Amino acid sequence: MSLTSADIQRLAQLSRLSFDPPSSQRMLAGLNDFFAIVEQMREVDTSGVVPMAHPIDAMPLKALAQHAPSAAQGMALRLRDDVVSEPNQREANQRSAPAVERGLFLVPKVIE
Amino acid sequence: MSDLHTLGVAQLSALLHNKDISAVELATRMLARLGGNPHNAFLSVDSEVTLAQAKAADARLAAGDTSPLLGVPIAHKDIFVTTDFPTTAGSRMLEGYRSPFNATVVQRLGDAGMVSLGKLSCDEFAMGSANENVAVPSAQPQAVTNPWDVSRIPGGSSGGSAAAVAACLTPAATGTDTGGSIRQPAAFCGITGIKPTYGRASRYGMVAFASSLDQAGPMARSAEDCALLLSAMCGPDLDRDSTSLDVKAEDFSRDLNQSLKNLRVGVPNEFFGEGLAADVRGPIDDALKALQAQGATLVPIALPRTALSIPVYYIIAPAEASSNLSRFDGVKFGHRAKDFTDLADMYEKTRSEGFGDEVKRRIMIGSYVLSHGYYDAYYLQAQKIRRMIADDFQRAFASCDVIAGPVAPTVAWKLGDKSADPLANYLADIFTLPASLAGLPGMSIPVGFGEGGMPVGMQLIGNYLQEAKLLNVAHQFQLATDFHKSLPKGA
Repeated sequence: MSLTSADIQRLAQLSRLSFDPPSSQRMLAGLNDFFAIVEQMREVDTSGVVPMAHPIDAMPLKALAQHAPSAAQGMALRLRDDVVSEPNQREANQRSAPAVERGLFLVPKVIE
Repeated sequence: MSDLHTLGVAQLSALLHNKDISAVELATRMLARLGGNPHNAFLSVDSEVTLAQAKAADARLAAGDTSPLLGVPIAHKDIFVTTDFPTTAGSRMLEGYRSPFNATVVQRLGDAGMVSLGKLSCDEFAMGSANENVAVPSAQPQAVTNPWDVSRIPGGSSGGSAAAVAACLTPAATGTDTGGSIRQPAAFCGITGIKPTYGRASRYGMVAFASSLDQAGPMARSAEDCALLLSAMCGPDLDRDSTSLDVKAEDFSRDLNQSLKNLRVGVPNEFFGEGLAADVRGPIDDALKALQAQGATLVPIALPRTALSIPVYYIIAPAEASSNLSRFDGVKFGHRAKDFTDLADMYEKTRSEGFGDEVKRRIMIGSYVLSHGYYDAYYLQAQKIRRMIADDFQRAFASCDVIAGPVAPTVAWKLGDKSADPLANYLADIFTLPASLAGLPGMSIPVGFGEGGMPVGMQLIGNYLQEAKLLNVAHQFQLATDFHKSLPKGA
């Protein structure tokens, strides 16, 4: 399997990046080299294996339980309570913004 | 005390608490060594800020505060956001950025009384293994050099941290490790570094690269020092990092003095194949013998999917990176292109100007493996093999307490040698990636010297939450050997 220059254009668009023709060519060659080493991965038989999105769901509870009694109930990713926990820091948060006016982030006109 | 700068965290702590030296005197001495930015290790220094922190530490010392890290200098990888210094993540995208808050790790170390000397260079967004991908200051970005041989790379992505600690510019530094970025530069620069279990240290305020892999850890010149630092860095941060483990902060120094008698050290066959350079293998073999001499038993183990960890990691990490880095759009913070026609053009020009080549490459790979038609074949397949790699470790830990092997296949290479060949950099990560994918704690300790007199690091991998065991093994090794005390010329 090999990528083409059309693929690079499509991926650049998805990634909100642009490349001039020489760097687009370099990117194409680089990605094709990379995907050559990925091929070995595609041949592995993974039928029945549950994808691992996160290390925490691979941690055996037995190993954790001695450190954290709560681990006995399982170590799922938490959601915190849906309450306001941060103070309003609009000015501090906007200090590094490229363009701000009256407390609003400015972007180029979107609607004609 | 002319050699004050060569002292470690524990030694400096004793001097400070005995009032042999003040935090301000110590900070002044350390700052004086940063002129000319040796090894290009620092990206920002601000003596006023540092001295103010030192003054505050002296006030706490005077009031009888016994916190062990009080007044001890540290410097932070520029991937941690800080209110007192700019944060760039090594990228033009964030040049001049000033965070409105501190990363939890920075805050915790600050609360413990540590005095920050500044921010340390790193590969852009922590993407690299040589610290050659640094893009700031944009007027003249400088690769970090290895204090043992300035014609060589220090490793990456925490290359500034490793070089600064090795050259005794700071007794301690923070680093982050996504696929080996603490362990590999620690090995290349002859220092000690530990990446704890995924979820131990809060990721809040660490500029995100790959969220299921990124983990912070300390880098210093001994396991004893790393234990002190790690104890202060870790602990639950439940409201601010949903992946922070709900396990209590620990005293990681508690087991340092345990004997290694009956310790079972797993030696993975796959880490000692033909890809391992002979000059690295020699010191590792000797170190394993030294552990045996201290009462440990060597157990052969298998990690059969070691080589697969390269494609698996280089699918998963870029996939997460392409998503994480979508926040850099020229609107809320960071760089914005000057000229553009509309919003889409503004995004595109901003990102094309702001990101370096390696970052763009990884975003493109990530976009590809997450896109319709390729998701199952690449991303999902990689996640399944990731599970198999984690399972392999659990099988291995049935017969051993820790795993030992090389950190990297070679010693540090020459600057520029692999910079035109990203794939060569990826392949050199082979021994650090498996533990990263599994989320296991891993560390690097100096065990000797290879080609060109360059340091060789041994990797120790533990089971989940077994950091104290790793530090115990490392400390006992360091009691019996002097490699961690060797300093490069000029340090």
